[in-house]
Amino acid sequence: MGISSEGSIVAGMSISELEEMARKCRIEICKMTHRAQAGHPGGSLSEIDILCALYGHRLRAKPDDPDWNDRDRFILSKGHASPGMYAVLAEMGFITHEDLKTYRVKGGVCQGHVDMKWCPGVDFSAGSLGMGLSFGMGCAVAANIDQSERNAYVMVGDGEIQEGSIWEAAMAAAHHELGNLKLFLDCNGIQNDDFCEAQMRMFDIPAKWNSFGWAVKVIDGHNMSDIVDAIDWMDTVKDKPAVVIAQTVKGKGVSFMENNPAFHGAAPSDEQLAQALSELGVSA
Amino acid sequence: MSRMAATRDGYGAALLELADNPKVVVLEADLGKSTKSLHFRKAHPERTVSCGIGEQNMLLVGAGLASSGYIPFASTFAIFTERAFEQMRNGVARPNLAVHLCGSHGGTHTGTDGSSAQSIEDLAIYRTLPNVVVMHPCDDVSTKELTKQLPSLGQPSYTRTARNKTPVLYDGRENEIRIGKGIVLSEGSDVAIVACGVLVHEAMDAAKALSDEGISATVVDMHTIKPLDTDLLDDLAKKCGAVVTAEDHSIIGGLGGAVAEHLISSHPVPMERIGVPDRFGESAGSEEMLEMMGLKSHHISDAAKKAIASKV
Repeated sequence: MGISSEGSIVAGMSISELEEMARKCRIEICKMTHRAQAGHPGGSLSEIDILCALYGHRLRAKPDDPDWNDRDRFILSKGHASPGMYAVLAEMGFITHEDLKTYRVKGGVCQGHVDMKWCPGVDFSAGSLGMGLSFGMGCAVAANIDQSERNAYVMVGDGEIQEGSIWEAAMAAAHHELGNLKLFLDCNGIQNDDFCEAQMRMFDIPAKWNSFGWAVKVIDGHNMSDIVDAIDWMDTVKDKPAVVIAQTVKGKGVSFMENNPAFHGAAPSDEQLAQALSELGVSA
Repeated sequence: MSRMAATRDGYGAALLELADNPKVVVLEADLGKSTKSLHFRKAHPERTVSCGIGEQNMLLVGAGLASSGYIPFASTFAIFTERAFEQMRNGVARPNLAVHLCGSHGGTHTGTDGSSAQSIEDLAIYRTLPNVVVMHPCDDVSTKELTKQLPSLGQPSYTRTARNKTPVLYDGRENEIRIGKGIVLSEGSDVAIVACGVLVHEAMDAAKALSDEGISATVVDMHTIKPLDTDLLDDLAKKCGAVVTAEDHSIIGGLGGAVAEHLISSHPVPMERIGVPDRFGESAGSEEMLEMMGLKSHHISDAAKKAIASKV
């Protein structure tokens, strides 16, 4: 952790440190969903490189003061992919690794979907798709009225943009020229029932955001250097909201989960966990 | 003849007074001229957020603002708030973010716009949400006063206002008005008429007519449907032994439902409910709609006599 020039806390991790953090988080995602025998490993594994880069490279926040008013906000709109966020919050020190064992357990801080009332470091109570971008817009408007430099970062899934309210928010955020609203689109190509292509084709996604008045950048969502560069690019966009459209692989890092719709919302068995951990470099 | 005014004007006037608090912000969905938030917008454009015709987005922009320490007041027609019900449920009520939602043009009293605009279910649906305060004031004075009290709540709220004018009851009586406290407008011992919104003055008229027949009725303005003033209800049930509720809202789930749910387990007494039958409205004038739906003072007085006749 370091203190930035504005006096805010930014972790400032290197690319190799971020990659190692992502590997550790992938291990925790597999363990959490295995322990709970429920949850959403696929979308957690697709988002995790971006989350690690955001928290480790850019987000201004204080793990020991999670309610610090001038922190950047991060809103995980695809809140079912909570194991990924919990793993990152544990790595950053907002919660403990012991807390991860409470995922989906009665009374635990790690509720099934990320919840601001339960978990330190969570800025939004998610669980219903299509809501986080609007909430992030509210945070961005508040920052502007406060004349604060803080940003609101939001992550949505690609299936999630089938929700009409996403486009209400997209239009409104551009109308209000919210340069402090930053969106990551985790395009892993799979939604609950099937591949997105089969459920609802979304055609030219970058063109859609472009036409709504957003600054658009398309990246490989698993290349840490690309992700860090994209986050830095977002900082340069001041007069309109920015979206990074990340091409990702659902289940990335665990061979039998990769691009497999079955692991949108299914936990690994004992044998599958052992294989996953082996693939992630955990010695037996 | 008493002064006539629309409750939505009380809402607009309250927002202007609340503007002294720099944390108060206003959200609009292209109906500020109708809900009367436009006065705030004109005076404080830097604290007014146009959300276009997008109610779902508006509710959650409010949630984001509330999570950042602001006190958002969002308004649209009552019927269009319902489009954002799940946003209110999951994004506002569940995390208990103090977004204050106002639905204007509620009830069949809204009149000639017809059934698509006549929300008759708003009080029922918002009443089911934990953490949410639900109100339906009867005049512009009480609407203004109750709205001004909302920032001190620290929890979300839904307030229904009406499009059309009704008699003003509370000029100079602002200090009698408190969120969660029913107001006894007339005292009687034979029956208690508990009303909200545009039917409060109908209930007053019913009490006068009953008085001419030698029946003494208590009339209560139950402007807050949740939390319900249960202490007052228990007192009324004990004192009068019969209760009538009256609302320009579906007979299912509104004020009548709330009162019945409470009294059935605390102090059951004969009870009649005046409300919109299980049907949609149509285009007609306000008074014509009240007559068509069985919500006029003579309907209320008939219900009172029926309740009294059911006493053991």
